[in-house]
Amino acid sequence: MLSNITLGQYFPGTSFIHKLDPRTKILATLIYIIAIFFAESTLSYGILAGFAFLVILASRLPILMVLKSVKPILIIVIFTLLIHMFTHPGEHILWSWKFFVITQEGLETGLKMSSRLLLLMIFSSILTFTTSPIVLTDGIERLLRPFKCIGVPAHELAMMMTIALRFIPTLLEETDRIMKAQTSRGADFTSGNILQNIRNMLPILVPLFISAFRRADELAIAMEARCYRGGEGRTRMRELAYGSRDMFAYLLVILLFVGLAFMKWGKACVL
Amino acid sequence: MSINLTNVIYTYLKGTPFESLALKGVSTTINPGEIVAIIGHTGSGKSTLVQHLNGLLNPGSGKVTVEDIDISAKTSEAKKARQMVGMVFQYPEHQLFAETVYEDIAFGPRNKGFTPEEVDKAVREGMAFVGLDFETFKERSPFQLSGGQMRRVAIAGIVAMNPDYLVLDEPSAGLDPRSRDAVFREVMNLHVTRKLAIVLVTHSMEEAVKYAKRMLVINQGNILFDGKPEEIFKEHTDELIEIGMDIPESYKLAALLRKQGMNLPEGLKDEKELAKAIKKAKGWK
Repeated sequence: MLSNITLGQYFPGTSFIHKLDPRTKILATLIYIIAIFFAESTLSYGILAGFAFLVILASRLPILMVLKSVKPILIIVIFTLLIHMFTHPGEHILWSWKFFVITQEGLETGLKMSSRLLLLMIFSSILTFTTSPIVLTDGIERLLRPFKCIGVPAHELAMMMTIALRFIPTLLEETDRIMKAQTSRGADFTSGNILQNIRNMLPILVPLFISAFRRADELAIAMEARCYRGGEGRTRMRELAYGSRDMFAYLLVILLFVGLAFMKWGKACVL
Repeated sequence: MSINLTNVIYTYLKGTPFESLALKGVSTTINPGEIVAIIGHTGSGKSTLVQHLNGLLNPGSGKVTVEDIDISAKTSEAKKARQMVGMVFQYPEHQLFAETVYEDIAFGPRNKGFTPEEVDKAVREGMAFVGLDFETFKERSPFQLSGGQMRRVAIAGIVAMNPDYLVLDEPSAGLDPRSRDAVFREVMNLHVTRKLAIVLVTHSMEEAVKYAKRMLVINQGNILFDGKPEEIFKEHTDELIEIGMDIPESYKLAALLRKQGMNLPEGLKDEKELAKAIKKAKGWK
């Protein structure tokens, strides 16, 4: 019943992008996102889109699959476009009907705003497509480590994320099993109003919570039995290490960043 | 009047890179009042197969009918037909949810549209069948019971729906020997008194040969053998071991003893019969 839900969108591979250190990918994505907000001219948008395109090529992901990742925000994108189109004040009127007016300026701003959203979504989905969730949390933990001294529990946060990710498929499977069992007992999860629907969910939720608590308890005991004592003094089997390809990636994305910053403010400095 | 499977094919995650063919055209009939054991190793498709029996999964192609009604249909007739097949999942105690034993067992009958009097009667009967005293247990929380008692409550919840066919997926998993024997005794009792057909999915060859009159061996989404357990164990020993199954210990020992020249009859069902036969062959008292 729930088997068609795919969680996380990691797409295994061995490309240049896949092999990058997760820290590189996270930081590069952040830099790219900031750079998006520097973009003003059509050329700068072209450069950003071209960069994203090259990264997709380098990651050898199916392009269509990456483009499909914008589906969840498509409504927001269209809404942004429409609002800017109809409300932005401007002089060059392209089309008007009664009180609906589309100006050239409005159309341009609308297109730019929605391409910002699209680029943002596409680039960050490359990150999740090419990095498995576990590696991603590793990267986050390592990036947060310097903030430990101001009280950010980096290791604990990462461990919580890892455990949560680990148990999502397990709990989904469990839910599926319980749903089937209650369906066999004649339970109906589809009909009725909201209140009835909530009551109909009880035969699923109660067993699910009980089993989640049982699993949590078992996991805690298993971790204790293996002497888990939090992050203090804990070493890792595989330490993350930057390689030359990470330097190359940083170089590229910083170039992009500086370039876009120059396009925005550079002229003012030169003049 | 039976459950009929005609050329059932089922694929998991169809249309994704992860799709896998779980049933490759299974046809069989479960007759009323018979006990069928289904054996096969993990991933052979036996769980997928039994989930077709009450419409939890609908065949990708092929047909499943209960009493000549196609149960994949959306009609109320098909729903009725699906409810003729009771399904007890593995670890059924994990699906208990109500505050009292009574309420949990009443869940199925109420969904089936029984009147309050009928529900009450069904709960009493269900509890009696699995050997739980009505007055002692009706007000207890199911979560305060022992593992064996919880499983009986769960089975009672299915039995109370008054099915004609009862599918049990490894009913003895994780139970101690005494609870295991009790659960089987109660199930067999149901079979005798209510003329209930039992479909027993199991990993235990001993259980299959002890309780079932007919056995289906599933391998890689196909029915490999269909027949009397004694005969299958006797005639297909090597094939069974090859697909990762086993034959009952008493059969192994009997075969060894026969090799050494002891005169033992065929079809010894369990260790007790074997012990008797050895006594007789040796002339011991």
